[in-house]
Amino acid sequence: MSITYLDSNATTQTAPEVLEAMRPFLADLYGNPSSMHTFGGQVHRRIEEARSQVARLINADPAEIIFTSCGTESDNTALMTAVETNPRKKHIITTRVEHPAVLNFCHHLGRKGFRITYLPVGGNGEIDPDLLLKSVDDETTLVSVMYANNETGVIFPIEEIAGRLADRGIMFHTDAVQAVGKIPVNVRDTSIDMLSLSGHKIHAPKGIGALYVRKGRRFHSYIIGGHQEHGRRAGTENVASIIGFGKAAELALTTLEEEKTSVSRLRDRLEQGLLASCPDARVNGDTAHRLPNTTNISFEYIEGEAILLRLDEYGICASSGSACSSGSLEPSHVLRAMGIPYTAVHGSIRFSLSRYTTEQEIDRVIGLMPGIVKELRELSPFGRDGVTGPKQK
Amino acid sequence: MWEYTDKVKETFLKPKNVGEIKNADAVGEVGSIICGDALKLYLKIDRESGMITDAKFQTFGCASAIASSSALTEMVRGKTLDEALQLTNQDIADYLGGLPDQKMHCSVMGREALETAISAYRGGAVPVKEEGKVICKCFDVTEEKIRKVALENRLTTVDEITNFTKAGGGCGECKANIEIILRDIWPLKLPEKTTKEKKLTNLQKIALIQEVIESQIRPGLQADNGDVELVDVEGNRVVIALRGLCTGCAMSGVTVRAMRDKLRELVADNIEVEVQA
Repeated sequence: MSITYLDSNATTQTAPEVLEAMRPFLADLYGNPSSMHTFGGQVHRRIEEARSQVARLINADPAEIIFTSCGTESDNTALMTAVETNPRKKHIITTRVEHPAVLNFCHHLGRKGFRITYLPVGGNGEIDPDLLLKSVDDETTLVSVMYANNETGVIFPIEEIAGRLADRGIMFHTDAVQAVGKIPVNVRDTSIDMLSLSGHKIHAPKGIGALYVRKGRRFHSYIIGGHQEHGRRAGTENVASIIGFGKAAELALTTLEEEKTSVSRLRDRLEQGLLASCPDARVNGDTAHRLPNTTNISFEYIEGEAILLRLDEYGICASSGSACSSGSLEPSHVLRAMGIPYTAVHGSIRFSLSRYTTEQEIDRVIGLMPGIVKELRELSPFGRDGVTGPKQK
Repeated sequence: MWEYTDKVKETFLKPKNVGEIKNADAVGEVGSIICGDALKLYLKIDRESGMITDAKFQTFGCASAIASSSALTEMVRGKTLDEALQLTNQDIADYLGGLPDQKMHCSVMGREALETAISAYRGGAVPVKEEGKVICKCFDVTEEKIRKVALENRLTTVDEITNFTKAGGGCGECKANIEIILRDIWPLKLPEKTTKEKKLTNLQKIALIQEVIESQIRPGLQADNGDVELVDVEGNRVVIALRGLCTGCAMSGVTVRAMRDKLRELVADNIEVEVQA
């Protein structure tokens, strides 16, 4: 059965060009980049090339890029470095809709005596920069706000927030894992201090990330050991993946325009097609400020895991904010923070496209979805005429 | 991704007995859309024989909730009400070839819907809400339900309680209270680890009997101003003396039988309890 992959915010397929670029480093070019000999040294040069490629994608200086093992490590490192830079300041501001890599680390710091402000979001998942600024006080050491939300695709006004926080002695970090490669991200003329990236969201393999740290900002290593990454991140480099990440970044720079045009056109086609053919369906999140590849749609009165498993029968991959599919018993913290009614949260499905998505795939989903929704609604005790049950909370 | 058995998948994809029964004799509704799963069970019951002649369901929930509901309707059809009530949530899970641990609450929901429907039919009215103190506020789970499910399924850890009832799976604030309930249910020995499988020496047996009486029997009696004392143990004959208000109490026969059952459960199957004259 062919796979229709519409879960690119979870992970992406490795681009064939990326795999090709990596191959020699998994075979003949196995030298350690830290070695003195030419055999290892040539690998070091290639890592520096990859660093430049990643830097170019966000218009940073190569020296501002530190390779890590994943987006989560980048986020943890950023938060930890801010905490260690200003040990006397004990207040952190973040949002309620962050990825667990930030959110749970903040919970962790909260248990260690930090005061954490979790900013609320509006019904469309938007944040209010004025409210954020009002939350700042003399104790604030770090503000961490994601660039774009992984579940809804809603984009936050990061440059504005960073600008308004500038020169106040507060570190500003953004988790840009979902944004980079999908929309233009340019750190040069902003006041962003730190920015997290991840390889596998932009068609590099899993297990490679990066952290941008603005020149001149104090930095504390999170992983301690050897002198790799200029002493900022110890551990022998994941060479092949770094090379792959570099290649993926280079490709992403050339396909940004495609994201804006063809990917977003297919996303809109999917969204409009589903809203037209499935009754009681609604889009979650601010559609005016949204990643071009993401749509989050709630199919009311039915449950997300059931929808996913029906789609799975056709080889269609998506994800859901429902409780049952999350591994915990609570539904999506993002949709709940937005105040989406429970009837809709449990039936939310995220479709996230990539530049590999085709129109045929989109049309296939549009064709199959109404039948799946109808069948599951027939099973459900809610939502039909004459059937008792809460219409809305 | 959940590891569902083929039977769960098959049942989820092609559930049986979906829908409503017009003029159903009994309806059992459990769960809510807020909690993320809900089941409405409809039964048609033959008044003379007490036989369930038809069963249908409507379910809002995940694959295992739908499969459990379908399984339940299959299992109760053709059974009398009394036979149907013998079904446990484990039977539902077994029918499906097992459920993932974290999904056991789906089978519990099926069993609950059945009980609710039958008690409504017998009592003539639908119990609006089960009684008892709410322990888990996130999922509205009462102490009574936690106790019942723990005893029926011999659950000993908070995680198991969460898997079976969802209690503790939200904010987690009630986990300490669940722990207290579990310790109250299984104060002495975890059920799997009872020593009664092992051959005890006489000394060990007497010590264990003493321990059971001290920790499990006396506190309850003392709460009612009664008491009991271990006098002697000869083989499997345990001789006790009633004290306080237990002396001459009309219910003392019940007390002694309960004591015997507890000792049989935790010490040895053939224990007899005698009251010293």
